[in-house]
Amino acid sequence: MRRLSFAEAVREAMVQEMERDPTVFVFGIGVPSHAKIFGTTAGLEEQFGAERCFDTPISEESMTGFALGAALRGLRPVHVHIRVDFLLLAMNQLVNMISCYNYTTGGRTPIPLVIRAIIGRGWGQGAQHSKSLISYFTHVPGLKVVAPTTPVDAKGLMIAAIRSEDPVIFLEHRWLHWAVDAVPEDAAASPIGTARVLRRGRDLTVVAVSWMVVEAMHAADILARHGIELEVIDPRTLAPLDVDTLAASVSRTRTCIVADCDWVFSGFSAELAASITERCFGQLTKPVRRLGWAHTPCPTVRALENVFYPNAETIVHVVEDMLGCGPFDLAGVDFYNHENRFKGPF
Amino acid sequence: MTDVTPDPKDRHDRLFRTALLIRLVEERIIDLYPSDCIQSPVHLSIGQEAVAVGVCEPLQRNDLLFGTYRGHAYYLARGGDLNAMFAELFGKIGGVSKGKAGSMHLAAPAVGMMGSSAVVASAIPHAVGAALAARVRNTNQVIVTAFGDGATEEGVYHESLNFAALHGLPVLFVCENNGLAVHASLAERQAYRMIDQARLYGIPAETLTDGWDFLAIADATDALVREIRRDGRPRYLEVATYRSREHVGPAEDFGAGYRRRIGLEDWQDRDPLIQDTDRIARLTPEITAEIDRAEAFARASPWPEHEDLLSDVV
Ligand SMILES: Cc1ncc(C[n+]2csc(CCOP(=O)(O)OP(=O)(O)O)c2C)c(N)n1
Ligand SMILES: [Mg+2]
Repeated sequence: MRRLSFAEAVREAMVQEMERDPTVFVFGIGVPSHAKIFGTTAGLEEQFGAERCFDTPISEESMTGFALGAALRGLRPVHVHIRVDFLLLAMNQLVNMISCYNYTTGGRTPIPLVIRAIIGRGWGQGAQHSKSLISYFTHVPGLKVVAPTTPVDAKGLMIAAIRSEDPVIFLEHRWLHWAVDAVPEDAAASPIGTARVLRRGRDLTVVAVSWMVVEAMHAADILARHGIELEVIDPRTLAPLDVDTLAASVSRTRTCIVADCDWVFSGFSAELAASITERCFGQLTKPVRRLGWAHTPCPTVRALENVFYPNAETIVHVVEDMLGCGPFDLAGVDFYNHENRFKGPF
Repeated sequence: MTDVTPDPKDRHDRLFRTALLIRLVEERIIDLYPSDCIQSPVHLSIGQEAVAVGVCEPLQRNDLLFGTYRGHAYYLARGGDLNAMFAELFGKIGGVSKGKAGSMHLAAPAVGMMGSSAVVASAIPHAVGAALAARVRNTNQVIVTAFGDGATEEGVYHESLNFAALHGLPVLFVCENNGLAVHASLAERQAYRMIDQARLYGIPAETLTDGWDFLAIADATDALVREIRRDGRPRYLEVATYRSREHVGPAEDFGAGYRRRIGLEDWQDRDPLIQDTDRIARLTPEITAEIDRAEAFARASPWPEHEDLLSDVV
């Protein structure tokens, strides 16, 4: 099968849906400009014209309400934000309008709209340009929230999101855009609402969100060399959450780490830990452990970024602690390779 | 400051020196950037220095300014410490914000540089609130908010203009119109003229077209600041200016296809920081030495410690 990057997979999903359905359009600040939102909107304007792929003024709230209006009247907007931080300006439209429009019209006005937002760590992006805010969205009834981590799921979930009759928040960690894998050519939707077990293992379950899936898989590779088997699960859809798959795994391994790509306190990791604990309390040998960002605005300087963000090494140490194994020799393991690859400014 | 008429030649020299300082600082940043000692985005003001210099000169020390991520020029024009700025860019503990804020958030409240926001338009209402405080506390301060043309597309901008006009607050709105928001031109984004719109709120507004002319900008600002101090009401100044580098980062990007190099050449033909070779020759050595010292200070300053991660949060 041919291989695509995550960014190309997102793009291909949008292109195929735009070809299939003339009501789909893609817009947002910088969407048609030459930087192309990590390449995900490359060629859209050329292929579909400025009616279906366009830039906007810097007016997030209005453009989000505009998307609602268009969705109400039979169009399928895909609104793109180069950083989730800017989506905060549109929270009123999202939380007071989009999430409950169908509800307040007795189910007569579904809102088929997709909001794409780039989340997470960049390169010295600091306090206002590197948030994830996952629980802000999962907290609100009436929104579906997906956070694919593989090119296959990026394509499948984008197709599903565009075809969904409900509003879908599509969260993309910026470093995931380079991930490359085999991706099917046909336009098949991945189901919204199912988790994926990325790696089987008997010793401990890691439920990892967005970028932390990459770190968890890295930790699993390292620990496998020392005879420890991690099971790694990517929920893929954060709302609605596939608790069955998570609970089935934790019932077997009886130990669980939740690794989130966000602040810990009141974060999505709290929901994961609580949902798993409610289902698996009797089987757990230890309380579920949560990992995420330090409780501070994101520092700009890399020396502190590296302690702000957990990574595979953090996961290895928590595993050592929970299983009473190790400490393992991590000399020679390169933990910051993605960060070193990324040279600003986006 | 505004009560004494300075020797015109001294004044010209002083303004020129500040503008040149900003230019040379940013050129140093460009030189340093490839070595990766500044590991965060930089939004340069090369081409736009005269706006910051002209706007800040007539301000008194206790007047306040709120800026944006394109903030090096304002930080320096307000007299922000150069050593602390370089250390901040390097992410060192000697930085203005201990290296934790970086280029996009330069602040020096001690000299009235109240902060810089990287979320477009979001600092504009802060100036309006600070202006209310100035009135309540009877400080006779003028509060400046500097922003780009793109910021005028946000709702919060309109809401802020309205409130400042409605309540007659001592704010100077300064729009740095470089005709671009990232890669999008003004014509692709706006159905209005900023100046007309400010007037619709009843705010006296004017536009300066020679954005390289720091003397003209300083004169216009001086007049506006005097008016604000007299009647306590808002004023609006739009300055047409020119961004010579890419939106973010150290490079030129004329190859990207969204604008033409010819604009740069037109600008450079008039830019005193290129044309006034006598002053440049006279002032450069001393400024360069100052920048060398700041760079050395930044290099020598320690990294923040892990304990610093959680400081200043709550
Ligand atoms: C609310 C918000 N939306 C989008 C962005 C992304 N962004 C950063 S700078 C910028 C352009 C701003 O243009 P302008 O206000 O003219 O300032 P300039 O960069 O030209 O100085 C945009 C869209 C942002 N930082 N904040
Ligand atoms: Mg601009």
